[in-house]
Amino acid sequence: MRITMTVDGTSYTDDVEPRTLLVQHLRENLGKVGTVIGCDTSNCGACTVHLNGRSVKSCSVLAVQADGAEITTIEGLERDGQPHPVQQAFHENHALQCGFCTPGMIMQSIDLLGDTPDPSEEQVREGLEGNLCRCTGYQNIVKAVRAAAGELGAKR
Amino acid sequence: MIPAPFDYAAPSTVEEAVTVLADAGEDAKVLGGGQSLMPVLRMRLAAPTTVVDLGRIPELRGIREEADALVIGAMTTHDEVCRAESVRAHAALLAEATHTVADPQIRHRGTFGGSLAHADPAGDLLAPALALDASMTIAGPAGRRTVPAAEFFVDFFTTALAENEVLVEVRVPKHTGWQAHYEKFNRVAQAWSTVAVGAALRMEGGAIAEAKVGLTNMDTVPVRARTVEAALIGRPVTAEAIREAARDAAAGANPGTDANADAAYRTQLARVLTARAVTAAART
Ligand SMILES: Cc1cc2nc3c(=O)[nH]c(=O)nc-3n(C[C@H](O)[C@H](O)[C@H](O)COP(=O)(O)OP(=O)(O)OC[C@H]3O[C@@H](n4cnc5c(N)ncnc54)[C@H](O)[C@@H]3O)c2cc1C
Ligand code: FES
Ligand code: FES
Repeated sequence: MRITMTVDGTSYTDDVEPRTLLVQHLRENLGKVGTVIGCDTSNCGACTVHLNGRSVKSCSVLAVQADGAEITTIEGLERDGQPHPVQQAFHENHALQCGFCTPGMIMQSIDLLGDTPDPSEEQVREGLEGNLCRCTGYQNIVKAVRAAAGELGAKR
Repeated sequence: MIPAPFDYAAPSTVEEAVTVLADAGEDAKVLGGGQSLMPVLRMRLAAPTTVVDLGRIPELRGIREEADALVIGAMTTHDEVCRAESVRAHAALLAEATHTVADPQIRHRGTFGGSLAHADPAGDLLAPALALDASMTIAGPAGRRTVPAAEFFVDFFTTALAENEVLVEVRVPKHTGWQAHYEKFNRVAQAWSTVAVGAALRMEGGAIAEAKVGLTNMDTVPVRARTVEAALIGRPVTAEAIREAARDAAAGANPGTDANADAAYRTQLARVLTARAVTAAART
């Protein structure tokens, strides 16, 4: 099936099998390997991207379902060579160890901050409920998201 | 893993979807939001020959307000239900329960109709639909029919929907001004309910005038706690009155035993969570 989608600002048209997962299309056909796969059960959230502005688990969407959609991945966040404030905050607050969960954590954090610009610790934990981290114990992830909220708030 | 190969159809009307399903035969599968179906396909627990995606049918999406009911399209997402002012105003119990479903990413894709059609006994939207006396509009080769929630849920993962039918919309009678709470008991790492209780109350002068109570995961289908409902009517909101009414919460239910809880523990949870749900609803 022929599908067209805009990924990180560039339009791509490809022929895909209907069974192709969105995450697989991003990684294998478009080379967007920043988005990773961590499970078979839709639990881990490592594959989180934005589809038409809302966070989704790209392992749980078919590429053909995203025909005509606009996708943002972790690779599309940088502006003028500068990391996104949430990426910067993860870096500064040591919010990662192995880094496998990080692309999904950052994409979901950005979605959360869109809805809740100044979240409490509780709200951050609830907002990241669908993202699992096997390394950090979440403490510094929560700290990073709240720091990023402050940073983004100061810019507004 | 990735799914086994299948043919894909994305019809643009309900009638077209029903025709595609009829033509594709037994091994066709409807795709709603995909949040239960995709993991099943990825683990190859199912391998349909045709997948019929309802995502491009405008009729299935959105919430319509009628004089005495809200009509929720089957493909309306959990997130849209959570954000709808009309659901908060006229079906607060459904709003409360939907907030507890899964996580934000899954709520952005998963649908109200898909949850009901999937009919997982641990699914959080079945008991609220039952308690609020919802009814389901189903489209099939012979046209459309309406089934009340009490007849829609037939068994473990089984509903009144036939293989070649599509759930179109759900009619939820307005419960304007009713106070509601959904009390859920689950493991931290998994949002699925071990047991949960939804309570909706109509209060009059500090006492309970009408009550509707639904139980999640206390049987193969959602359960209406009629004994509790009857016992609450006319009662003041005191801890003792509520505890007493909640005593027989599991009456008529047939809870199962699994890795999370055995039947006796579920029966005790139903009592405790019913008292908490009613207390919280009365205070909102
Ligand atoms: C990690 C995880 C955690 C979850 N936690 C919870 C939770 O805590 N509580 C909860 O209630 N749910 C939970 N869910 C399930 C979630 O709510 C799903 O959205 C829901 O079960 C299915 O809805 P869907 O639209 O995604 O349906 P799909 O996955 O597309 O379909 C599910 C089934 O219903 C059928 N179907 C779908 N739509 C229709 C229709 N309109 N007509 C006829 N048949 C249809 C499909 O053929 C399929 O058999 C969780 C899911 C995951 C992956
Ligand atoms: S890969 Fe685990 S949720 Fe998508
Ligand atoms: S940093 Fe290793 S999984 Fe989160």
